[in-house]
Amino acid sequence: MAAKKLSLKDKYSLLTRDLDWEFSYQDRKEAFPFEEFEGIKITDWSKWEDPFRLTMDAYWKYQAEKEKKLYAIFDAFAQNNGQLNVSDPRYVNAIKLFLTGISPQEYQAHQGFAHIGRQYGGVGARVACQMQSLDELRHVQTQVHAMSHYNKFFDGFQNWSHMQDRVWYLSVPTSFFHDARSAGPFEFLVAIGFSFEYVLTNLLFVPFMSGAAYNGDMATVTFGFSAQSDEARHMTLGLEVIKFLLEQHEDNVPIVQKWIDKWFWRGTRLLSLVGMMMDYMLPNKVMSWQEAWEIYFEEAGGALFKDLARYGITMPKYAELVEKEKEHVSHQTWWTFYTHGHAAGFHTWIPTDEELDWLSEKYPNTFDKYYRPRWELARKLEAEGKRFYTKALPQLCTTCQIPMLFTEMDDPTQISYRDTVYKGERYHFCSDGCCDIFNDEPEKFVQSWLPVHQIFQGNCGGPGVEQVLGEYYKMNLGADNLDIKGSPDEKRWKQWKGVA
Amino acid sequence: MPVHAYTPDYNGEVRDRVGNFHGNQIVYLGWDHHLMFCAAFAFPVPPTLTFRLLRDEVMVEGFEPHPEWSRIDWDRATWLLNGQVFEPQLDVALIDQGIDHKSLLRFQTPDLKGFQDAGV
Repeated sequence: MAAKKLSLKDKYSLLTRDLDWEFSYQDRKEAFPFEEFEGIKITDWSKWEDPFRLTMDAYWKYQAEKEKKLYAIFDAFAQNNGQLNVSDPRYVNAIKLFLTGISPQEYQAHQGFAHIGRQYGGVGARVACQMQSLDELRHVQTQVHAMSHYNKFFDGFQNWSHMQDRVWYLSVPTSFFHDARSAGPFEFLVAIGFSFEYVLTNLLFVPFMSGAAYNGDMATVTFGFSAQSDEARHMTLGLEVIKFLLEQHEDNVPIVQKWIDKWFWRGTRLLSLVGMMMDYMLPNKVMSWQEAWEIYFEEAGGALFKDLARYGITMPKYAELVEKEKEHVSHQTWWTFYTHGHAAGFHTWIPTDEELDWLSEKYPNTFDKYYRPRWELARKLEAEGKRFYTKALPQLCTTCQIPMLFTEMDDPTQISYRDTVYKGERYHFCSDGCCDIFNDEPEKFVQSWLPVHQIFQGNCGGPGVEQVLGEYYKMNLGADNLDIKGSPDEKRWKQWKGVA
Repeated sequence: MPVHAYTPDYNGEVRDRVGNFHGNQIVYLGWDHHLMFCAAFAFPVPPTLTFRLLRDEVMVEGFEPHPEWSRIDWDRATWLLNGQVFEPQLDVALIDQGIDHKSLLRFQTPDLKGFQDAGV
């Protein structure tokens, strides 16, 4: 008679590796058709070490426990009018950016992992990806639930899913994931599992979740804690895939290095949004973007790449450029949103005196010299009753889709322009990093859905920018957009707090 | 290097070809060292537009809010077309002087150094 209760080891084996079977009458290559076209060579899938050491039944039980606690706190937050305890109504705009910019990408991560969780020949990798796929789905759901409470009291939360693949700045994270999801299964896992989840994720989650804690947002903090243990697993998967690919065959090394270079660069461009959130959108600041970059990339990432050196992997290309850009990008990015505040789905503002001084202190080499004058001009214009909103539309980078706002690090008031001609068409880029990515796969990036060009082609409604924003993006004009000064958000806050 | 694609001879659709812009072409215009404008502007204009109209009517829309815009001495301004030194001919059509679809025109005004002389 079989034992009533399986040992942990037996259960683990039955519920993971034992889910696979030998193919006796079908060609394995036909069952896993995407496994070879990227040029990756796998000689022995059995060498894959399961990073999660978790079976599906334990996974459900564990996640259900976490959900119970999480939703109890959401309920308490709602019943106690937790929205009144945030530091300042400006803070809420940071989570509008999170809900519209990040949460839909959790869903794309879910879709991507579900896809590759079918495509690997090795069962260990398939099971790990399926679990991560479920995690990502859980994250988008819990984020939406955490923030839905704010939707009752603040503008700008209502149309996040509609906006995802339409709004000019949301095309940045959206196209990032489209690029990864339309790649092969190994590139996807290096892109999202390793480069993003392992190398850069702390730069996304720590700032947002600490920012929430510093600014009295219990709902978002709690979501962050609930996701944290998942993120730890995701990081383990990211590292496992890199080691596995590098150990399987030496021919994989240059391919993996190329993907690391590409996705490190794409990731840092994407994180410009987090930089501006930390330095400008959090009323109570956690640390500067520069400090975060130094701790989470230069120290932690530096140690990681030292470890990977034995496989022949080097620091990502252009890491030394980012070391200079860390003193500039948050200022350049927030200025872009400030000057495009009429076209943003959240509010923008000029930093207060104290905030300007904090920025001077945190960025002694750059802020007073290059960026404080921009805010002094903005103040002058605002005082004259001419709050500056730029009128024409910006040139975008073909690869990252960010307006071409980055400057030359040896000449920081000069925009960095790069271009290339492919089959008679000229393409523009913000950087050598983005230009290299295009040149490596021009057939893919000629399709870039650049929001500014799409507006000019008449594909986003119109004819005017107002119609694009109101009808195509579905922003509530006059409520979701413009400066925080005089906004309905600000008026309501003052009423709740009883201040004039 | 060609794309690594599952589909043989994969080639994406070129979304920004000039034919998609209903008779217009895109011209980008950037004022070097004037970062009140976070990036160069993109303007959809007819290829037959003269340079004078581009400068005096189209560009005004974007650049006019800058405190130094009205002080530009165009005789002293210098231009780059796609990175090459360029002498615009005011009454010649854009396309007839080599300013084609998705061309980048940059101009420099060395006497004007931006708000507070800070490149803003």
